[in-house]
Amino acid sequence: MAGLTLYDKLWDSHLVKQRDDGSALLYIDRHLLHEVTSPQAFEGLRLAGRKPWRIDANLATADHNVPTTPAERAGGIAAITDKVARIQVQTLDDNCEAFGITEFKMNDAGQGIVHVIGPEQGATLPGMTVVCGDSHTATHGALGALAHGIGTSEVEHVLASQCLVAKKMKNMLVRVDGELGTGVTAKDVVLAVIARLGTAGGTGYAMEFGGEVFRKMSMEGRMTVCNMAIEAGARVGMVAVDDITLDYVKGRKYAPSDDVWPAAVANWQTLHSDNDAVFDAVVEFQGADIQPQVSWGTSPEMVLPVSAVVPDPEQMEDPVKREGAIRALQYMDLQVGQKLTDIKVDRVFIGSCTNSRIEDLRAAADVARGRKVAANVKQVLIVPGSQAVKAQAEAEQLDQIFIDAGMEWREPGCSMCLAMNADKLGAGEHCASTSNRNFEGRQGKGGRTHLVSPAMAAAAAVAGHFVDVRELMSTETT
Amino acid sequence: MKSFKQHTGLVAPIDRANVDTDMIIPKQFLKSIKRSGFGPNLFDELRYLDEGLPDQDASNRPLNKDFPLNWPRYKGASILLARENFGCGSSREHAPWALDDYGFRVVIASSFADIFYNNCFKNGLLPIVLSKDIVESLFLALEANEGYELLVDLQQQSISLPDGTSLSFEIDAFYKQCLLEGLDEIGLTLQDADSIAAFEQQWRVNSPWLFGAL
Repeated sequence: MAGLTLYDKLWDSHLVKQRDDGSALLYIDRHLLHEVTSPQAFEGLRLAGRKPWRIDANLATADHNVPTTPAERAGGIAAITDKVARIQVQTLDDNCEAFGITEFKMNDAGQGIVHVIGPEQGATLPGMTVVCGDSHTATHGALGALAHGIGTSEVEHVLASQCLVAKKMKNMLVRVDGELGTGVTAKDVVLAVIARLGTAGGTGYAMEFGGEVFRKMSMEGRMTVCNMAIEAGARVGMVAVDDITLDYVKGRKYAPSDDVWPAAVANWQTLHSDNDAVFDAVVEFQGADIQPQVSWGTSPEMVLPVSAVVPDPEQMEDPVKREGAIRALQYMDLQVGQKLTDIKVDRVFIGSCTNSRIEDLRAAADVARGRKVAANVKQVLIVPGSQAVKAQAEAEQLDQIFIDAGMEWREPGCSMCLAMNADKLGAGEHCASTSNRNFEGRQGKGGRTHLVSPAMAAAAAVAGHFVDVRELMSTETT
Repeated sequence: MKSFKQHTGLVAPIDRANVDTDMIIPKQFLKSIKRSGFGPNLFDELRYLDEGLPDQDASNRPLNKDFPLNWPRYKGASILLARENFGCGSSREHAPWALDDYGFRVVIASSFADIFYNNCFKNGLLPIVLSKDIVESLFLALEANEGYELLVDLQQQSISLPDGTSLSFEIDAFYKQCLLEGLDEIGLTLQDADSIAAFEQQWRVNSPWLFGAL
């Protein structure tokens, strides 16, 4: 019999019941909640007279809608100027209070973007099933967990039953061998993967990231990669457990206590695909081939190395891709053959559940140190992923580097990644963004998003246009 | 949950691939704590020329005359014809809520993103996957014939075309049953409460480190 994949193992261990019709009941260990996709689920529970099945499986925080300016934030919920947002943030507090669910409220020390705080607090652990009403829940798969996004009806379902009705996905291995070059980051790797697979290439699959590049990658980097599995269509992204995982988890607030730690580790060390495991699909890359990436279009698959030029849709064989590219170039106001490095940047956003962890801020600060934001750039937002990340960055005085460069140091939240709050692009503005989606209007109606790594975003901020961050790095060394 | 058995309705097109859920319902409308009322803001950025705000009366907003849903011939449409990877991106269930609130009961596409597909069934909305070629032929027929209607029969897994021919489609047995009967999925799961409790008890013994208090 063939060996098992990591996904097979996690699926099998959480299977409550396999039904005859092919669906299954899967037990959920951790359910993360935020203000946007939970109110209707709590309301549904109330209307049906149901209670949460296991209250301590749930952890909530406010992130999508919260303001990020220190002034607005300081006044608490009552000071949120957007009335509709204020009600939604307050509703999360009220629901968590009413149902007894642990919540990191807007200004609590544990607050942050839900996919940053889960791992950071040790609330998401290897071997868990983790769900959340947010498609970027795949992030937690970096710990060797089975994690994916769900809709609000499923949020209610998990609250009420601690289970999800699921169908088993297929297995895909994305293997990146060798080593990454200097200045090439986890974000560049995952953008290159999405560019190859396309935004639907992973549909129906649980995607495991394997190979030397991921084995050497930090947990922050692995989270960045798993986070964007959904942009390749895969609900699940995951990386096998190794010493890097264990070192990351140990000592975190909700991590296993010393008495059960050895047993937990023994169990977690089995959380990898067997050598003879069979994947339904395997995609291979060489780390050395991956360059710093910039997205040029309106889909996360429309990505090229920074040295490239805007592609010619007429050269694309697939009519769907061609039509998408024509539409994208029109929306982005780019010319065929234009160098990506000639695209001027109006705003820069460094943050989001993809790239707002301490390592991301350090990478951006390394580029910003001693430099100034270019005159044509209207605004550079640095939005730490959590209160803990913010505190750590301030302890390292990264905030001062950003402020000295002319950038804004903000409070934790989702911010301009989806622009639900006041942080957004104006029509026609180009943004170098470390977030995950460059859809039309994603960061503001008419806004033009270019997805990049934190170092590339900082480089664009100081240059005023996209630039290969390695050029700035070489200046530093001379 | 709302049931779905059979539906006859006017078809409207959204002729582009990779329609994401941000496009279906933009983020500013996600601030609502309600489950209804999203219909006027379905495809907001494509439908209107101005920027939409939550809680705004949409009836006097300037319409984008180039967007098919604003054309008289598609008024009252309840079947949406789309292309590949429909519903990609954000997991927001507000997307099927908006489609439903607008009046759509069926979405036909050559493929769907996983989370959106799943979310449809929770809301009595039937997503139908047909081959690219068939979808293309439907787009051509729709363009050529004003008042183009389809009859969708879930029990038979068939679509009857105006020319008298019919198409068949595949659907997961569990979801078919849920939609046909309008089953309360949570209620159905809770019929297995004993199995869940037994699993949980054993799991707690095997993996106590996953059950630490928060």
